[in-house]
Amino acid sequence: MKKSRETFMNWLMSGSDPLEEEMIETLSDEEAADEHKDEHQNPKKERISIKEFLHAKGLYHPARIICSVGLCLVLIVLLMGSVMDMPYFGQADTLISSEVSEFYVEHTLEHTGATNIITGIILNFRGFDTLGESHVLFIAVCSVIILLKMTPREEDALLHMQDYDEIIKDQGEDLILSSLSRFLFPLICMFGVYIILNGNISPGGGFSGGAVIGAGLILYLSAYGYKRIRRFFTFNTFKTVSCLALLCYTASKTFHFVTGANEIHVPIPLGTPGTIFSGGLLLPLNIFVGLVVACTMYALFTLFRKGDF
Amino acid sequence: MLEIIRFAVVALLLLAAVILESFSVFGVNRFRFSLNRLHAAAIGDTLSISCVILAAIVYTGLEVLSLKYFLIVSLMWMTSPVSGHLISLLVYKTDDDIEKEAKEWKN
Repeated sequence: MKKSRETFMNWLMSGSDPLEEEMIETLSDEEAADEHKDEHQNPKKERISIKEFLHAKGLYHPARIICSVGLCLVLIVLLMGSVMDMPYFGQADTLISSEVSEFYVEHTLEHTGATNIITGIILNFRGFDTLGESHVLFIAVCSVIILLKMTPREEDALLHMQDYDEIIKDQGEDLILSSLSRFLFPLICMFGVYIILNGNISPGGGFSGGAVIGAGLILYLSAYGYKRIRRFFTFNTFKTVSCLALLCYTASKTFHFVTGANEIHVPIPLGTPGTIFSGGLLLPLNIFVGLVVACTMYALFTLFRKGDF
Repeated sequence: MLEIIRFAVVALLLLAAVILESFSVFGVNRFRFSLNRLHAAAIGDTLSISCVILAAIVYTGLEVLSLKYFLIVSLMWMTSPVSGHLISLLVYKTDDDIEKEAKEWKN
């Protein structure tokens, strides 16, 4: 326990990673010798406390610490206060007394042109909430990339580890799985596109359709390996597609918010309810959300599996 | 008369599904080795679920909905054996005591 804490603090202070050192040991002999030489030349730094570390970085200042503690306290008080204001648990008349749900059921079709009330609510009435949700997904993927994406050096080290080589590495395609997914992958992608495009008519929408397409991509990866999926889906594709989709989504939502707040009436044709091109901006919004979710699903899978695309 | 026959068929199919599913649950919990357990779990995955959906098809009669049910069964029958195959492959590659559990088939 004490030893692990010591290694953790050591890692925190000086930045030398015990796991990384293990990896380096499995490098080929010449490289490993080089690494050891380096270590002998630069002996490890002395341990310093957090206070000294902050001093050295010029971050230690009483006012700064007081400010941060005060900010935390203010946040705690605000959050606890808002919890106190919420309705009591099990109070019977909370939902009945709200007029919002009735309003949604009666006026969604006339205001948004969507026959699927749920899509009308989450992309139009509560568009701000959904905007935040898709950004949360993107931020989650970004943090996973920061934590797990391998640098080229780590990748080399990992390739020399035997267990990894034997079990997890691509071993060519499995005949049964690849011949099944040759038939199944187009079907899954078609179904996902169908769900996304029909989001404003029938149950479905960007989130569910994007999840289906992401699952199809994962199946393709498991069946055919990294080499074949890199022909059309690399890290660059992920970056451009998800960033562009989020940007377009934010832009169209900003247009909504600005025109709505200033009461500028820009008529977007709502179309005839029940056809695909109805509901104004709902269809493009669904497509953007679907793209973001599909990329996120695939990126999370491949980052946790290998640490790279 | 037709109603009664239909009801009887549906009831029989559901009963068969329950019995098969209980076999599968017993097998998953009582067998010792992973490959045997996999075999037991596959019964529930394919035969029992297909019995339930067959009962639903008989209950609705010949409609578009029953075609959709049939699609579900065919997809289950395509995907579930493949996932079983992959899991057994993983067991074969990672298990150190595989000689105790299964005999390798050589041709």
